[in-house]
Amino acid sequence: MTRFKYQGAILPTITLTAALIVWEVGCTIFDVPQFVLPRPTSIVHELLENFGPIWTHAQHTLLTTIGGFALAVVFGVFLGVAVGSSRVVYQAIYPLLIGFNSVPKVALVPVMVVWFGIGTVPAVLIAFLLSFFPVAVNVATGLATLEPELEDVLRSLGASHKDIILKVGLPRSMPYFFASLKVAITLAFVGSVIAETLASNIGIGALVEQASANFRMPLVFAGLVMVAVMGILMYAIFAAIERRMTGWATRSTDFGIGG
Amino acid sequence: MTSLVDIADVSLSYGGADGTLAVRGLNLQVNQGEMVAVVGPSGCGKSSLMKLVTGLLRPTAGSVSVAGKAVDGPLKIVGMAFQNASLLPWRTTMGNLMLPLEIVEPYRSRFSRDKAEFEAEARKLLTTVGLGEFERRFPWQLSGGMQQRASLCRALIHKPSLLMLDEPFAALDAFTREELWDVLQAIWMERSFTTILVTHDLREAVYLADTVHVMSARPGRVIASHKVNLPRPRTLETSFLPEFGALVQELRELIRIQRGGPAEMEHAA
Repeated sequence: MTRFKYQGAILPTITLTAALIVWEVGCTIFDVPQFVLPRPTSIVHELLENFGPIWTHAQHTLLTTIGGFALAVVFGVFLGVAVGSSRVVYQAIYPLLIGFNSVPKVALVPVMVVWFGIGTVPAVLIAFLLSFFPVAVNVATGLATLEPELEDVLRSLGASHKDIILKVGLPRSMPYFFASLKVAITLAFVGSVIAETLASNIGIGALVEQASANFRMPLVFAGLVMVAVMGILMYAIFAAIERRMTGWATRSTDFGIGG
Repeated sequence: MTSLVDIADVSLSYGGADGTLAVRGLNLQVNQGEMVAVVGPSGCGKSSLMKLVTGLLRPTAGSVSVAGKAVDGPLKIVGMAFQNASLLPWRTTMGNLMLPLEIVEPYRSRFSRDKAEFEAEARKLLTTVGLGEFERRFPWQLSGGMQQRASLCRALIHKPSLLMLDEPFAALDAFTREELWDVLQAIWMERSFTTILVTHDLREAVYLADTVHVMSARPGRVIASHKVNLPRPRTLETSFLPEFGALVQELRELIRIQRGGPAEMEHAA
């Protein structure tokens, strides 16, 4: 167990360090120009040098992402419950949902700009549009896979549709829900950064866009590193929440008592 | 004795009037306080019988009445347990037992007020089945047999007058199964609820039931009913008596004929 735990922390560190070394050495040996691919050391240098402004942009992106993500969770749960608990709603809107999900959200940025102007609002909305889908689908799956026997037991007791959803459907879809949050938060980052790149003066997306227009590649990469770090942190937070909230779903039966 | 359950000339077809017939011309009476077993070849519509009696399915023809009233919707005086214990994994044993009381009236409206009283009641029931110390455990911490005991308690917690069991012990090993026969028999003798036990196990049927009904191959109907006149409480010694063996043998023969006989699916005209 402890051995496994250490592996969990050490292995990714080793891979990351190895990749950075190959990158650094490769850039040096082949004399890759900074404006094509900056070396890791110069990225770190840039990051430390300009940490103030980068952090301002990063904070903005983080808030935008969390805003869109929060909307996505509320709307996704609502939609998931509707789709997962009603055959009629499922048949009525599932094809629409699939269709909507196939539309590249980047194509919606101009629409958002026409409606709401450039800045924070389109970024929040794109983050939302990109991330509500996994939440909705997972909640719906959790509700739709209710054991028929259990439903019979409850219905024979006179349980209403609402009772069944509240007492059994929602609790048992929680593992699906928390698993979807990990996916949704990373998608929300993608959405907000895309929207900032195209239609904002603030945020990591905007920073990266401006820096690349000025051929300041180390700054571009510094911005990307910042997004990656924030993404990993948020993922880790939701993974921890998932473990805490739905431990019963991942417990093995090792604890079983004979007899 | 008055009959609690009266199934008269019932047919049930899935998928509309000309769909597959699950049961046809089914007649079955269950007396108040009686324990009956229903046995038959697989696919004979035993599960359909369960759903008809509990009101989860309506008959295509004929009538089902329970306690003198025609069944026209889910019945609340019924407890159910299945082959799969289907306990809620996020609730403790006690929490699982509380579930029916959170749903069924009159307990539902008194639930928050009288919770302590209900829990005491549940504790008593758990002790009867030998789960007294396990009320704070989660289902995944219990063995299969213990889960099935808890499932049985959940089916009985709201004091139903009719208990429906659909192969409740089929997934257990032989020793645990025999143990649970005694557990069920003991609670039944104490509380005298009417029980319909659907099973594949003929020894189980004879061990537990007052009357064993044999169903035909699909579309199912009752082709024979045998009274079991063995004294209670029955024990494993009872199951070695010649009468016991003879009855099991006789039932086996009936079912063998059913399996060998015309088994093709019939369709309503």
